[in-house]
Amino acid sequence: MSRLHIECEINGDDAEFLCDADESLLDALRDEVGLTGTKEGCGTGDCGACSIILNGNLICACLAFAPEAQGGVIETIEGMADGDQLHPLQTAFLEHAALQCGVCTPGVLITSKSLLESNPDPTETEVRYAIAGNLCRCTGYDKIVKAILVAAKEMKQNPMKGARL
Amino acid sequence: MEYSLPQSVEEALSTLNSESNATVFAGATDLIPQLRGGRAEPRLLVDLKKIPSLMNLSFSKGTWKIGAATPVASIKNNEKLTKALPGLSEASALIGSDQIQNRASLGGNVCTASPGADTVPSLMVNDALVVIASNEGSRTIPVADVITGPGSISLGSGEFIIEFLVPQPPPGRSDAYERFIPRTEMDIAVVDAAARVSLDERGNCQEVRLAIGAAAPTIIRVPAAERILKGKKINDELLAEVMEEASKACRPINDKRGTIEYRRQVAGVLAKRVILLAEKRALDKKEIK
Repeated sequence: MSRLHIECEINGDDAEFLCDADESLLDALRDEVGLTGTKEGCGTGDCGACSIILNGNLICACLAFAPEAQGGVIETIEGMADGDQLHPLQTAFLEHAALQCGVCTPGVLITSKSLLESNPDPTETEVRYAIAGNLCRCTGYDKIVKAILVAAKEMKQNPMKGARL
Repeated sequence: MEYSLPQSVEEALSTLNSESNATVFAGATDLIPQLRGGRAEPRLLVDLKKIPSLMNLSFSKGTWKIGAATPVASIKNNEKLTKALPGLSEASALIGSDQIQNRASLGGNVCTASPGADTVPSLMVNDALVVIASNEGSRTIPVADVITGPGSISLGSGEFIIEFLVPQPPPGRSDAYERFIPRTEMDIAVVDAAARVSLDERGNCQEVRLAIGAAAPTIIRVPAAERILKGKKINDELLAEVMEEASKACRPINDKRGTIEYRRQVAGVLAKRVILLAEKRALDKKEIK
């Protein structure tokens, strides 16, 4: 069977790729589009390493079929910084050492961004619940939570930062 | 494998007629792990998310209509629905992570037919009906009649659920849901329970519904426990009897999540908690009225 031709928007740009019907959106992003920032951890939706935003909703890219992206709008970690200008969340993660091996980091950042868009001033408890679907096996949660809270504060003080994706 | 995106119930039915080895899906949160694990090998994937009636969430004439493919996040995010059916909303808000809740649907949760399906106890105590699309026209049956065993359902191969119909509780009636897991998020129920309590004007139980999940091959109602409270004011002695009946009704398995004895005991404890919480909510609603 011939492969499916999918057209969508990825990080603000028009994109197209070929995929198989049962290919995961994660595999398509990584292998067909070449955006390898989104990681595969478990492949079963438990770890959140492949978190992306599809049509405004935070999802695990490993649990979506690539053809579902047709006509859709996708945001991945590659679209988070504005050129050399890091997103306030990325800056806070660096400054507060909120990453160790880094495999979970793209997913945690996307999840955090999704959180701050719907709740710009979260409590620590809300942050912890929001990232419950993102596993960090370096056990760096405290620093991740702290960095998210710092970024939230920064973004409230300087609303223009983080305005782009 | 092929992928199909029907735009209407009729188109989906005819697509399913054309290929016997097809799987319908909405959020795919159960389907994709099944495919990866080699437990499902369909030739055709039928994505139901472009069919408007399956993505609907609305209220009319005393009934909530929840499209079978609607992400469960839209249940907990709907304030009116959450106020009307707090137990169902709690169950929806406990399915996996936010990432999962943005995809997973009631239709999928029911049709995967896990003994621990989070939303099913709440759907059962609330008398939820499912509208099923089939070649012979649509038919409407209780949720409990869909699930026949672990991973097995009564729907034919060309059939799928269009929507769930859940009655709005009148004043004096409310529900509650509790799930026991070793952590607070992202786990599968050791045992879970839902109750719906209907109070009369004196605060006595007109009727109690109790359902226990993850403690038998399918989610069970516990009529023996429900009878104990009918017409009575809830008190500790009666609740002790309810707990015993809830434990007795279970037919759990031993596994890594819990032993048979442990699950029986937890079932009793959760039964008491959900009944008390549903009673409190039913009382609060009476006062508002």
